[in-house]
Amino acid sequence: MGIELKEITKTYGQDAAPVLSTVNAEIQDGELFVIVGPSGCGKSTLLRMIAGIIPITSGTLTINDQVMNGVPPKDRNLSMVFQSYALYPFLSVTDNVAFGLKARKMAPAEITRRVQDALAMVSLTDFADRKPRELSGGQRQRVALARAIASDSKICLMDEPLSNLDAQLRVKMRSEIRELQRKLGLTLIYVTHDQTEAMTMADHVMVLNDQHVQQIDTPLDIYNHPANHFVAQFFGTPQINLFAATIAGDEASERITIDDTLHVQLNQPLAAGRYTVGIRPNQMALKPATTGGNANVLNVETLGEQTIIEVTMDSGQEVRIVQAGQVQIKINQRVTVSALGPAFVFDDQQTLIAEQGGVSDDQLVSVG
Amino acid sequence: MINSFPSVKRRRQTNQAPGPKEEVRANVKNFELQKNDKYYAWLFLGPSFLVLGIFVFYPMLRTLYLSLFLTDSFGRPTVFVGLQNYLNLLTSKVYMASIQATGVYVIGVTAFTIICGLLLAAVANQKIRGIEFFRTIFTATMGVSVSVSAIFWLFMFNPSIGVLNQIALFLHLPTVNWLTNPHWAMVSVITTSVWMHLGFTFLIFFGALQSVPKTLYDAADVSGASSRYQFFHITLPMISPTFFFVAVITMISSFKSFGLIDLMTAGGPTNATNLLVYRIYKDAFVDGNYAVASTESIVLAIIIAIITFIQFKLLAKRVNY
Amino acid sequence: MENTIATQANLHRRVGLVFKYLLLSVLAFIVIFPFILGLWTSFLPTTQIAKGALHGTMSWQNYVDAFTQTPILRYLLNSLVISVVQMFAHLFFASIAAYAFVFLEFKYRDLLFYVVLATMMLPFEAEVIPNFQTARTLHLLNHYAVMIIPFLTSAFGIFMLRQAFKQIPLDLKESADVDGLSHWQFYWKVALPYSRISILTLAAYSFLGSWNQYLWPMLTTFTNRLRPVQDGLRQLHSEETATNWGLIQASAAIVVIPTLIVLFIGQHYFKSGLNEGSVK
Repeated sequence: MGIELKEITKTYGQDAAPVLSTVNAEIQDGELFVIVGPSGCGKSTLLRMIAGIIPITSGTLTINDQVMNGVPPKDRNLSMVFQSYALYPFLSVTDNVAFGLKARKMAPAEITRRVQDALAMVSLTDFADRKPRELSGGQRQRVALARAIASDSKICLMDEPLSNLDAQLRVKMRSEIRELQRKLGLTLIYVTHDQTEAMTMADHVMVLNDQHVQQIDTPLDIYNHPANHFVAQFFGTPQINLFAATIAGDEASERITIDDTLHVQLNQPLAAGRYTVGIRPNQMALKPATTGGNANVLNVETLGEQTIIEVTMDSGQEVRIVQAGQVQIKINQRVTVSALGPAFVFDDQQTLIAEQGGVSDDQLVSVG
Repeated sequence: MINSFPSVKRRRQTNQAPGPKEEVRANVKNFELQKNDKYYAWLFLGPSFLVLGIFVFYPMLRTLYLSLFLTDSFGRPTVFVGLQNYLNLLTSKVYMASIQATGVYVIGVTAFTIICGLLLAAVANQKIRGIEFFRTIFTATMGVSVSVSAIFWLFMFNPSIGVLNQIALFLHLPTVNWLTNPHWAMVSVITTSVWMHLGFTFLIFFGALQSVPKTLYDAADVSGASSRYQFFHITLPMISPTFFFVAVITMISSFKSFGLIDLMTAGGPTNATNLLVYRIYKDAFVDGNYAVASTESIVLAIIIAIITFIQFKLLAKRVNY
Repeated sequence: MENTIATQANLHRRVGLVFKYLLLSVLAFIVIFPFILGLWTSFLPTTQIAKGALHGTMSWQNYVDAFTQTPILRYLLNSLVISVVQMFAHLFFASIAAYAFVFLEFKYRDLLFYVVLATMMLPFEAEVIPNFQTARTLHLLNHYAVMIIPFLTSAFGIFMLRQAFKQIPLDLKESADVDGLSHWQFYWKVALPYSRISILTLAAYSFLGSWNQYLWPMLTTFTNRLRPVQDGLRQLHSEETATNWGLIQASAAIVVIPTLIVLFIGQHYFKSGLNEGSVK
């Protein structure tokens, strides 16, 4: 059951490079599955292939164990919410929501009931007779949601549904969509470029970049065990620090060296060679140095509950450090930077090969 | 282009908000400009109002004036007759027949131009290889002027050597006197006129179809609407302003048809295609009956003014959304 | 199983594609048939055409005859001069008027604009009688000027460019005021370049409009020296039609070619400009 993607590839034209290459994934019934990645990574293409709006070049798409390649969109029994909302400007809110139902020649009484229910669910009952241009952006967004709800299909696809809203509304709609999805038991496939949306909403996240799947996991697993450079950099604000590092000599060692003053102690020995070490900004510390030190403060951003400090290491590398609370520190102050908790070690293929420390206390608070 | 604009550049360079000094300068400048505006308005609008005055406003009033008189052979008013010219026209069977013929012509041309233009636009609005070639062909008649169209079609309508009758002979159908039979003459001029209007109409409809957001169709696909349903419930409503625009433009343009009639039928046979404008020309410049022609001009102007007025009213409302 | 679905879908698409091309070809053929026939017969000897035959020895003879025995070149030159002059003058006068309606502050601005708008309702065809008399009084008859002066400006042109100028952000005008640009400078450096698509559309519209003038030149010009091309063809047709179809067709072909060139060069702009004007 659920939705299964097997080796899905999309190519435009005969000899063109694929815009999406060998995507494999399983999406469970009733889960909220987020596809996230930077613009141009092929995430919208993937969603449109699932919807049937564009054909799949190769690979197999199954929905509830039925192969769906070549099946027209209307027979896939799913609903979709578009980035632009795709509302019909000449129709009222009611008629917009009823459009698909009328096209399927449903009984008028049934249409009325479904439309009323859907509008009530997104609290738009009072706006039923308005035209889209008489609505605010957030209300238009709700009309699009109502249309998906009224279709009564158990699978819903959303293509960047919140990207045209302002920041505050976005936060509000995030939780509303999540709530709706749970209440209706929808299988929701949600495309976004916003890592925050992926982290806060998803049951599972698929990270896409460069036409390839980078990682599929729960949000926390992606944050805590990023599969490669890209994933590590894409999730978490401020961005993770990546350092060139070495294990010197010929023998395997647990001590990996970033520079003379910065080391990371691993749990297990690693063969000698060149690596990249990733350390999140909240896993680094600094203290003012009267003499010595290994970095200069470049910039300080005070956010109230935390402070983001940018420093330049003596090696020339810029490093971001997050400290809790309000830190008093001056620009150009000499400091000593050190690494605290978990660090990720990537090989020269940019793939994660080792971790140190795991999850520290301030990241995961287990209840009960 | 915006970036090359000097003030924007300068502000960026100094990288600070305009100080009080600059604001004062702006105010002074605005004040001076407003004083200047009057002079510029005369300069900029003068030529246009002069031309419009001499060749649009004055002749309209003059035509109205002439329509209330009898005129001599030079078009000078002689005897004031009030509305008598209008009464004469409205009771003239020949003129009423001309109005009727114009009505048939205008409705025929408008209806078929819209149907054919929309058909071409719908067919050309798909992404397949070589479609640009077909689109170019569909616009081609835009470049064909009245006299060229008339000559091409006159040749095709020629009863003995024309290709249409040759085809009829080949298919063992009766041949037709295209331009000398009153009914067929109307069909012939309508056909030629539709052909002439086709390129322009296609272009407008095609542009309108292209501007319908693709996601509306995607959404309809997902929600289960067939392509026929989509055409009637998305495409037509979305392009309704254009639809209306084309209808009005074509109507006005065919009300003014002159060259086609002059070259193809000269108003004949037996006045079957003697449309309003051609009548005005014949009454004034062939028969020297300027008062009657002026009266007919006013009638034509009223008809066209009404259509244009409706167009503005409805365009202001954006038709249906 | 998946394979059969895929092949079926593929087959459907192929059949659909063939049908689409067939439909496109038939429609394209109908649209350009009169054109092709005209061009084709322009290469045939008149004796063949008069027999109703559509074959014979192809030659340039009709074109040679048209150029040597008829004033067709003179007609083309006349039209070219008239259309080009009219186009530039029209663009200039309509655009400064539109500029005034958008960027100048003066009394009765809106009222005057409605007056201009109202003239869009008045058909030139209904005003030819007094206009003819005016042209006669001003001694303009049978002169290039008579075919240009009445069309130096148009309500449509002013209306269209006013719409275009209104799209220019007010910030630009304010910023230009701060910089001390005069109205002429702002008109030339900002307003015109910013609205170039509308300007080009109006240019093409104006050129073709002038090129296709029929009634007015017919009334006001009497000699081949000044006759523009549409009335030239009318003249040729009334002189030659019964006898020399080949010559007529060749002349028509000669006339249609310049407009087709203008059309295909300007088409891209025409498309976007017209839609801007009509739908908004």
